[in-house]
Amino acid sequence: MTATVSPEKAGPDTTPPTTRRGDRTFAAITRLAAFTILGVLVAVFVFLAIEGWSGFTSVPDTYAPFTSFVSYIWPLVVSTILASAIAVIVAVPFAVGIALFVSHYAPPRLASVLAYMIDLLAAVPSVVFGLWGGRYLAGYLQPFQVWLHDHFGFLPFFGPGPPTPNGRSLFTAGIVLAIMILPIITAITREIFVQTPTLQEEAALALGATRWEMIRYAVFPYARSGMVSAVMLGLGRALGETMAVAMILATTPEVTLNVVGTASPATIAANIALNYKEATPERQSLLIATGLVLFLATFLVNFTARWITGRNQRKLAR
Amino acid sequence: MKSSSLRRTALPAVAILTVGLTLAACGDNSSSGSSTSGGGTLNGGGATSQANAQTVWRADYQKANGGTINYEEVGSGTGVTNFTSKAYSFAGTDAFLTDEQMTAAAKSCASDVVEVPAYVSPIAVAFNLPGVKSLNLDSQTIADIFNGKVTTWNDQEIASQNSGVKLPSTAITTVHRSDESGTTFNFTEYLNKTSPSAWPYPANTVWPAKGGQGADGTSGVIGVLSDTEGAIGYADDSAVTAAGDLGVVSIKVGSSYNPPSATGAAQVLEASPPAPNQPATSMATQIDRTATAKGDYPLMLASYLLACQKYSDSGTADMVKGYLTYVVSPAGQQAAAKTAGSAPLTPALSQKATSIVSQIAAS
Repeated sequence: MTATVSPEKAGPDTTPPTTRRGDRTFAAITRLAAFTILGVLVAVFVFLAIEGWSGFTSVPDTYAPFTSFVSYIWPLVVSTILASAIAVIVAVPFAVGIALFVSHYAPPRLASVLAYMIDLLAAVPSVVFGLWGGRYLAGYLQPFQVWLHDHFGFLPFFGPGPPTPNGRSLFTAGIVLAIMILPIITAITREIFVQTPTLQEEAALALGATRWEMIRYAVFPYARSGMVSAVMLGLGRALGETMAVAMILATTPEVTLNVVGTASPATIAANIALNYKEATPERQSLLIATGLVLFLATFLVNFTARWITGRNQRKLAR
Repeated sequence: MKSSSLRRTALPAVAILTVGLTLAACGDNSSSGSSTSGGGTLNGGGATSQANAQTVWRADYQKANGGTINYEEVGSGTGVTNFTSKAYSFAGTDAFLTDEQMTAAAKSCASDVVEVPAYVSPIAVAFNLPGVKSLNLDSQTIADIFNGKVTTWNDQEIASQNSGVKLPSTAITTVHRSDESGTTFNFTEYLNKTSPSAWPYPANTVWPAKGGQGADGTSGVIGVLSDTEGAIGYADDSAVTAAGDLGVVSIKVGSSYNPPSATGAAQVLEASPPAPNQPATSMATQIDRTATAKGDYPLMLASYLLACQKYSDSGTADMVKGYLTYVVSPAGQQAAAKTAGSAPLTPALSQKATSIVSQIAAS
């Protein structure tokens, strides 16, 4: 929250004081917009805390098929982390590659078409991705997952237990999540790559660097913090994505690291969507409590990312 | 320069907003015009299982009597909560009210609570095995399959009940609901009541066993079944029939094997004993899962409609009474059977429900 406030605080300091009415009005409007966001965040937090509080300590029946809050949410947390990790691991190399191609390699006309197509991908609703992923993509990914299980089954991520019979695994969900977070990561990294000072790029080339070396020594260091922010935004979306996971993943309450098995626990967000409708009031509190955990976890991830980015920038400045 | 670019973006935005608002206003006018011409508006909601049937009932009722009836598919739990908080004038629920819920609802109504069965439907156990369209299984075997004890289709336990059927060695994938559902409650209750040793888990809206694949909603289960060879799952019989290409299990009832049937489900409901501690206005029934009469199909779901016996507003009372009378009438039940594939109430149940509903009045 402090991070959201700081640019707003820093802004007026750099501009000379002004007494014009138009300026004051506009400043007030921007301030209102900024604080509205804060207000909404606080309101969401308060709602989750009040409505979900009793979910942390309810009667054991509420946590069926488990008996306590921790044992109920643990499988969900593991799945949430696994699915998001797969998504980020798959999406980031693609996104950076696409962004580099668009900003530094492709001829301008192709670049603009490609950029437009990637942005279009962001407009596809997650329900559609869910349908496509579950009914179509899963079937095509299934043989590959069996292969993974056969050859890398000794790793905890691809075994033990039989491989998925229809591809509706955490692996497929992770791949679809990767497709969904690709546009946002690509768009942001592209913007930053384009902003690399041309002088630095030309200097690198003039010193005899190849194009790849130029990118490595001029573009990447300049863009690093922006790339981390982009990945974090993508991760945030993956952590919270609901419908696609709910529609693709075959669920079971058992904790498992195996991402190509018959079934995995749902992610926190998908679990809420799946169970909220027919839930009793006690279970609704429980689901809201899991939502609170996700809310706080997302915050934690963002803070950590900002801290890492900040540290890198400080290092670079030195 | 700056102001002109602002104008360039602001003007279309304003234009779009104006057009949008005008259209919205038009929409408002026309819809409010049509609703005032008929009767009032009735808000209800609850169990998703009734959704298809409710659509038919609402359309029929509104066509005959005017007015607007809303049914939100929010699930049984929320339906009961909203009914008790008076947000809904009526509600649908897959499980009859518990004693506490009944007390709370009666207090909110300031009268007895009307609870009549509206939607009865057999639940089919369906499977995907090319070339096999029907299998005989007793509840013990079904429990063993869903428990992960029987893992291949040519297992002796299945084969011994299906002599003459060529069973492949395909691995069995069990499919259950990943969302909380009345279908799961009724399926697990059936297994628990008929084979308590093989299925020790008590009835629950959450799938209790380990293993197998969870899928979202009835359509999700049907989707996985259709996509996966060797899969077996449970779903509303109408959805299984609609899917077309799935095999259906005949469950063992007494000494015979019965396929899912609407009449079989309805007759089990009629023969089942009433639930304990119910007011005279409630038809809540403890479904007899171990029924063995000829043609019985005890693996079924009975979904109820809730209403107050007394409403403070006479318009609401008349509308609830009219709507529920139609729903439990033979005509209403037939309409639902035709489009939603439900089991029509037996004449005796329909009459009893009608007489209870007829007592709804303004206080």
